[in-house]
Amino acid sequence: MSISKTLQGALLAASLGAVCAPVVAPIVLPAHAQNEAPANGISIDNFTFNPPTLTVKAGTTVTWTNKDDIPHGVASANNAFARSKAMDTDDSFSFTFTTPGTYQYFCYIHPHMTGTIVVQATTGSNATQ
Amino acid sequence: MSEFNREDGVNRRKVLECMTWVGTGVLWTVAGGVPHALGLIDKAAAQEAHALTFLQISDSHIGFDFKTPYPNAVATLGECVAKVNALPTKPAFMIHTGDISHLSTAAQFDDADKVIGQTKLDVHYVPGEHDFVDQEQKLFLERYGKGTKGAGWYSFDANGVHFIGLVNVHDLKAGGLGNLGAEQLEWLEADVKGRAASTPIVVFAHIPLWTVYPNWGWGTDDGAQALSYLKRFGSVTVLNGHIHQVMQKVEGNVTFHTARSTAFPQPAPGSAPSPGPMKVPAEKLRSMLGIANVTFKQNDQPLAIIDSALEG
Repeated sequence: MSISKTLQGALLAASLGAVCAPVVAPIVLPAHAQNEAPANGISIDNFTFNPPTLTVKAGTTVTWTNKDDIPHGVASANNAFARSKAMDTDDSFSFTFTTPGTYQYFCYIHPHMTGTIVVQATTGSNATQ
Repeated sequence: MSEFNREDGVNRRKVLECMTWVGTGVLWTVAGGVPHALGLIDKAAAQEAHALTFLQISDSHIGFDFKTPYPNAVATLGECVAKVNALPTKPAFMIHTGDISHLSTAAQFDDADKVIGQTKLDVHYVPGEHDFVDQEQKLFLERYGKGTKGAGWYSFDANGVHFIGLVNVHDLKAGGLGNLGAEQLEWLEADVKGRAASTPIVVFAHIPLWTVYPNWGWGTDDGAQALSYLKRFGSVTVLNGHIHQVMQKVEGNVTFHTARSTAFPQPAPGSAPSPGPMKVPAEKLRSMLGIANVTFKQNDQPLAIIDSALEG
């Protein structure tokens, strides 16, 4: 048990290292973003949505978090959901996707930034797609 | 600097060289319709009284309070204003090419107005995407949009020069660049119709109307169409901001120019993972912020743009 605790400590230290790394070596960022993003989270880093495509079950709440030094916003490409307020550094925006489908979105401040949410029907109701 | 007064057009290259190291603002002189740069601010000040000199500032980003190395967007804007007030020749007016605020709040616009107001100059604004963060764009338009069309576009004349303020940060599309839109393009076509081809034209908008670097969104999807309406004019000058660095291009009768930010620098296209604020040592920062002074002279001299940095 004490070994496993030590191992946990080492893993924690390693992940802290990963948190600090982008400051000196931004190239590490995508890997870090994937490691750090919660299961239904999208991290906005270096003017990109990570992951660019997120697949979730219907009813899932998706949370975007802005890790950039510049504000970003989230808007549906075809007004399928209400757009976020502008998110300054470390601000978040959440939306619960209840209807299966593919949702394209973009940053309404920097529209070249785009991403996709794929919402799958919950088990047993595949037909709704 | 005497090369700047030559009439053979060679001087633009010299100007470009100058701009790479001068940098606080762009001092513009309109001279008989052809773009041209003069030199340092004191040189421009020596121009005749009938020259039209105006000033461009851009990207104040009031409300941006990212810690080091940026001291404070209000403070650096104040330093730029002090530089403007110290000019030996008072510019006729100022244009602000957008991103006045960081997040379009009333408090940020108030703070910007307080500092910019110290120039006691008339200011012609166009919005940047940071000024249109609220979906209805009310905060910008109620304050700066009186007498404008659509999302805030307009034109006016000064000393025989036709100025056109365009808005390319509205109705942005997923995956797209800056956008003018059909309504504004129609208005522009009508606005310039019937004007003599000898009328010098100055177009100003936030995002570059030419494609600087699409991967970072640095361009305008329908910018080329706007420029097609201006083809027959002998002198067209396009002034933009957005990219927080000086860049210039001359294409036929059109001179494109971007001004520095008064708040923080951005990296050269493709030189960093993203266009986020550049982290530069504090002692270097002021060489990368600044204003632009422009003079049009009423003779056959080309137009002069002088960028000057806060320092260095």
